[in-house]
Amino acid sequence: MSFLRLAAASLLGLVLAAPSAGRDHAAALPERLRDTGLFVAGSTTAVRPENLPYSPQYPLWSDGATKCRWLYLPPGAAIDASQPDAWEFPPGTRLWKEFGHKRPVETRYIERRADGSWRFATYLWNAAGTDAVLAPPGGVVLTLEDAPGGRYVIPSQADCLACHEGAAVPVLGVSALQLSPDRDPLVPHAEPVRAEDVDLRGLVARALVRNLPPAMLERPPRIAAASPTARAALGYLHANCGHCHNDAGPLAPLELALAQGAVDGADGPAKALRSLIGQSSRYRPQGADAGAQRVVAGRHDASVLAVRMRSRNPLVQMPPLGTQIVDGEGVALIERWIRQYLQTRKELAE
Amino acid sequence: MTRSFFAKTSRAVSLVAVSLLALTAAPRPAAAADDAAKRATAAAEKLARGKYLVTVAGCNDCHTPFKDGPNGPEPDMSRMLSGHPQDMVVPPAPKPQGPWIASVAATNTAWSGPWGVSFTANLTPDRETGLGKWNLRTFIDTIRTGRRMGRGRPILPPMPYPMYKHFTDADLEAIFTYLQSIPPLKNKVPEPLPPAAPSAQGG
Repeated sequence: MSFLRLAAASLLGLVLAAPSAGRDHAAALPERLRDTGLFVAGSTTAVRPENLPYSPQYPLWSDGATKCRWLYLPPGAAIDASQPDAWEFPPGTRLWKEFGHKRPVETRYIERRADGSWRFATYLWNAAGTDAVLAPPGGVVLTLEDAPGGRYVIPSQADCLACHEGAAVPVLGVSALQLSPDRDPLVPHAEPVRAEDVDLRGLVARALVRNLPPAMLERPPRIAAASPTARAALGYLHANCGHCHNDAGPLAPLELALAQGAVDGADGPAKALRSLIGQSSRYRPQGADAGAQRVVAGRHDASVLAVRMRSRNPLVQMPPLGTQIVDGEGVALIERWIRQYLQTRKELAE
Repeated sequence: MTRSFFAKTSRAVSLVAVSLLALTAAPRPAAAADDAAKRATAAAEKLARGKYLVTVAGCNDCHTPFKDGPNGPEPDMSRMLSGHPQDMVVPPAPKPQGPWIASVAATNTAWSGPWGVSFTANLTPDRETGLGKWNLRTFIDTIRTGRRMGRGRPILPPMPYPMYKHFTDADLEAIFTYLQSIPPLKNKVPEPLPPAAPSAQGG
C-alpha cells in the first residue's frame, strides 16, 4: 500500500476536517469494496450482472478522472418516479462510482438502508488494482503520478454529505434528466453511451422505474433552453452546481437556482437566468466594487460566476469541493454562453 | 316504558359523549394559556441560553470590533458581533519572524497567518451582509463542517470551529436563536486574502 502515502492534509491544512460530530455513517460499513456486493463472489474486478452500468448525460467535473458507475436495486424493488425530480429509491438501493487515472483510484459507494437512511463511503484501490479498502472518514490526499499535478484528494465523509445532502435526493446522477435518451450533444466531457448502459427507457422497460409520467417517455426530458449552447451551459451548471445551488435545499437562502428539472419546461432555465443575470453577488472579488454581479450579460470577465469557476484558490473556487484543477472546457462553455448568448435581465423580462 | 328508558339512557349517553368530545376537542382557555406560557418560558430560556453561550464562548472577542476605552481596549458594543469593519483600511501585516507566525489588528477582527488574512464575519441578522438569510440548518452545518454554510469555502483561523463543532444541536440552536435576535447591522466584511506568494529571494 505504499501508493497510499499521505501528502499534506490540504493546501491550508483545513480542508480535510475531521468528520462532523453526530454523523457516524462509517459504522458497520464493509472494510473492503468486494464485500459491498459490487463484484461476483471471489472476484475483485468482475462486476455482478445485476449491477447496471449507467452514464449521466451531464457528468460532474472531477479533474479529468475516468468514471464507471453501477446501480443495484433489490429483486422486485423499483424506483418510484411519481415525483419526476425527486425519485424515491427503495431500501437496499446501492450505487458505485469508480474514479480512475489510467487505473482505478477510488470507488465511492452509496447505500439506502432498510430504515430509509443513506450512508456513504469511499474505497481506495491498491496500485495493482486488485483490492480496495475503506478510506478514513476524514479523507486523504494521495500522491498519484497520473493525476493532474500528481495529487489526488479523497473527500472526507463530511464533504461527501455537503454535496449529496444538498439536493432533493442524495443520488445525483440517476434522475430522469440525467438518464434521458435525448442526450445533449454539446455537453463538455460527454461520455459515450455503451450498449450495456441503462437509460430512462431501459429502466422503465425492466420495471425498475415505476410511475413515471408516460409523456416523459414519449418526449424524454430536455432542458428547454433558448439555444443549443444555453442548453449545454445550463446542463453543466445543473450537474456541477445545482446539487447545492437550488431553491429547495439548505442553500436556498442564497436564491441561486441552478438545478434543472425533468418537468420544468422553460421555467427551469428562466429561474436560473433570473437568479444569475444582474444579481448582486455576495462574494466580492478582490479589487471589485460593491456592484459585483453573478453574471453580467455579455461580459464573462465581470461575471463572478466565471471568475470563481476559473479559480482554484480554495477561498475563491467554485465548486468548493471535489476539484483541484480548473475545467477549461467547462469554463470556456460558460464564458462563451455569457459572452455571446445571454441577454440582459431587462430584455428577458420584455 | 322500556322504550322510554332506552331513549332517555341513549340521550343521556349522547350528551355525556358530546360533552366529553367538547372537552377533548376544545382545550379549556386556562389550559391553552398554560401551554402558551410554557412555550413563552421555553423560548425565553432558549434565548437566555444562547446569550450565555455566545458570551462564554468568546464570540465577541473576535466578532465585535475592539476600540480604545477609558480602561484600555474593549469591545465596541455599538457594533456588537458585526465583524470586521468594512471601511477599515488594512495594510499588509508585518512579515513573520522566528516563532511569531501570526498578527492581529487592533480591532481583533483581522488576522494574518500562514492561511492568509481572515476577517471575522458579521453575525448579526442583517439580510444582506450578516446571517439574516441563514437558517438553523446552514448555521449548524457551518459549525459542524468548518465550511461556509456547510458547503462553501473553508472557514479560517482563528475561528475555533474544531472545538465548537462539539456543541450539541440544542446549544447551536440556542446560539442561532440568540444571534437572530440581536440588532441587525449592515457591514460588508471583505473576503479573506490568500497567503502572500513566496518572495523571489528565498521567501
